[in-house]
Amino acid sequence: MKTRYDIIVVGAGPAGSTAARYAAAGGASVLMLEKDRDVGYPVRCGEAVSHEGVIQFIQPDSKWIAATVTKFRLVAPNGKSVVPRLDGIGYVLERRIFDYELAKLAAEEGVEVVTKAYVYDLLKNDDGVVVGIRALIKDEKIDIPCKIVVAADGVESRVGKWAGIDTTCHIRDMESCAQMTISGINVEQDVLDFYFGDDVSPGGYLWVFPKGKNTANVGLGLSVEEAKKKSAIKFLREFIEKKFPNAAILTHIAGGVPCAKTCDRIVANNVILVGDAAHQVNPVSGGGIISGMIGGMIGGQVAAEAITKKDLSHLTEYEKRWQKRLGWRHEVFYNIKEAIASFSDDTLNSICDSALKLPEEKRTLGGIFRAALWNKPSMLMEVAKVFVS
Amino acid sequence: MAKPFLMIHIRPGKCDYCGCCVGVCPEDAIELQESKIAVIEERCTNCRKCVWACPWEVIEFHREGIKDLPKEISALDNLQFAHSLK
Ligand SMILES: Cc1cc2nc3c(=O)[nH]c(=O)nc-3n(C[C@H](O)[C@H](O)[C@H](O)COP(=O)(O)OP(=O)(O)OC[C@H]3O[C@@H](n4cnc5c(N)ncnc54)[C@H](O)[C@@H]3O)c2cc1C
Ligand code: SF4
Ligand code: SF4
Repeated sequence: MKTRYDIIVVGAGPAGSTAARYAAAGGASVLMLEKDRDVGYPVRCGEAVSHEGVIQFIQPDSKWIAATVTKFRLVAPNGKSVVPRLDGIGYVLERRIFDYELAKLAAEEGVEVVTKAYVYDLLKNDDGVVVGIRALIKDEKIDIPCKIVVAADGVESRVGKWAGIDTTCHIRDMESCAQMTISGINVEQDVLDFYFGDDVSPGGYLWVFPKGKNTANVGLGLSVEEAKKKSAIKFLREFIEKKFPNAAILTHIAGGVPCAKTCDRIVANNVILVGDAAHQVNPVSGGGIISGMIGGMIGGQVAAEAITKKDLSHLTEYEKRWQKRLGWRHEVFYNIKEAIASFSDDTLNSICDSALKLPEEKRTLGGIFRAALWNKPSMLMEVAKVFVS
Repeated sequence: MAKPFLMIHIRPGKCDYCGCCVGVCPEDAIELQESKIAVIEERCTNCRKCVWACPWEVIEFHREGIKDLPKEISALDNLQFAHSLK
């Protein structure tokens, strides 16, 4: 380890590794610190991504693909289901290997990676300007100076707060999640299943994602506002007991997903936020792997440019580029999420029924969406915004 | 905010260290490491958002505070760890 760096990345998830990789590729000296012993473990994720999303960053490799999916099935509260036609394909990842590979790509660009390195504070000068981080590395306290800090510290992010950004996720927007990876079950390997309704996950959804022969990630997320009444783990246990009573439980995790708009500010005081730390999650799906990597890439590139230009005020460019690339979309998606979350079970059932009445070739996500619009015309404006520009 | 004693309590050994509670805490009052977690008493306002957020229901709110709870379920060890960083 050197005594100082241009850029220190806090957290080695997909967003952190991607930020580190692009910052180093842009010529900066980069250190990435991860509090856990292993990059990629524990996995707190359903692990579904689209092919188009992944290939922007890494070529698909069978060693981190547990299943290749070509369909998804939406299951209404009354048990009827619809399988929309999809153009692309998707993957269910082995994130413990995928995350590791992303960190290796960063290392190939020259990034130094240290695990068991918990960042507990920011280093500030007398004027309160951030000039480094304070870490507990293998139980030893050490201060490391740098010019820019990239906060990629996930849903539990605190680094942004220490830089003066309010990153608290509103309880309405935080999805409280529980997931089990279960085995010894019958599960189609090419379908992602999504269950909706008050019995499985009010306002949210429950997923069954295939993870190789006889195995699946079964999990759910619901707004903390709902979880107040009944917790995620209770919903999950009930579902698994009913649907897969004899399953072997291989992993069992808790988690949180900030299904919000991007934080109002993602740049302040020589600190930039990327990934879950910046709330760069698709608010409808809760998917944050690819969007976090996109945030990480833009953030890493801009940070390297700021170092080359010797002008840290250039960091504000990150906010602009993120907003233009995905931030604006997430704002629209957020409004759609709010509308969907307000659907009653009856509405969801009738959306499914109208979708099933569509001829097969029109049973696309767009078709189902139009069916949903009949039930909630106020969504129309929001949807129009997504497709117009 | 001055309070007589801690009312929010994370049951030791039950937590999954997932960070969902940290993400909703408005006071930055939860310290989370790989396998350690603690509520920072001086900052906590007992708003209970962390209690609601916890997917595994391992955070408890004690209206009377936890000072009288038996030692084995007190958060003292955890608090010492949180303080050691400040
Ligand atoms: C149950 C569940 C299911 C999900 N399913 C999907 C899905 O199917 N598809 C999808 O796209 N997304 C899914 N997501 C969301 C996805 O997991 C996240 O959006 C993604 O992991 C965010 O990446 P990140 O790099 O921002 O953060 P993370 O992957 O959370 O990485 C943050 C890293 O920072 C480290 N860290 C935190 N604080 C510190 C510190 N102080 N010092 C040092 N290191 C620190 C953490 O240990 C962690 O390794 C799911 C999330 C959950 C909880
Ligand atoms: S009760 Fe409120 S302030 Fe206290 S730790 Fe929980 S979320 Fe934070
Ligand atoms: S939300 Fe619950 S399980 Fe997750 S870190 Fe907090 S106390 Fe632990």
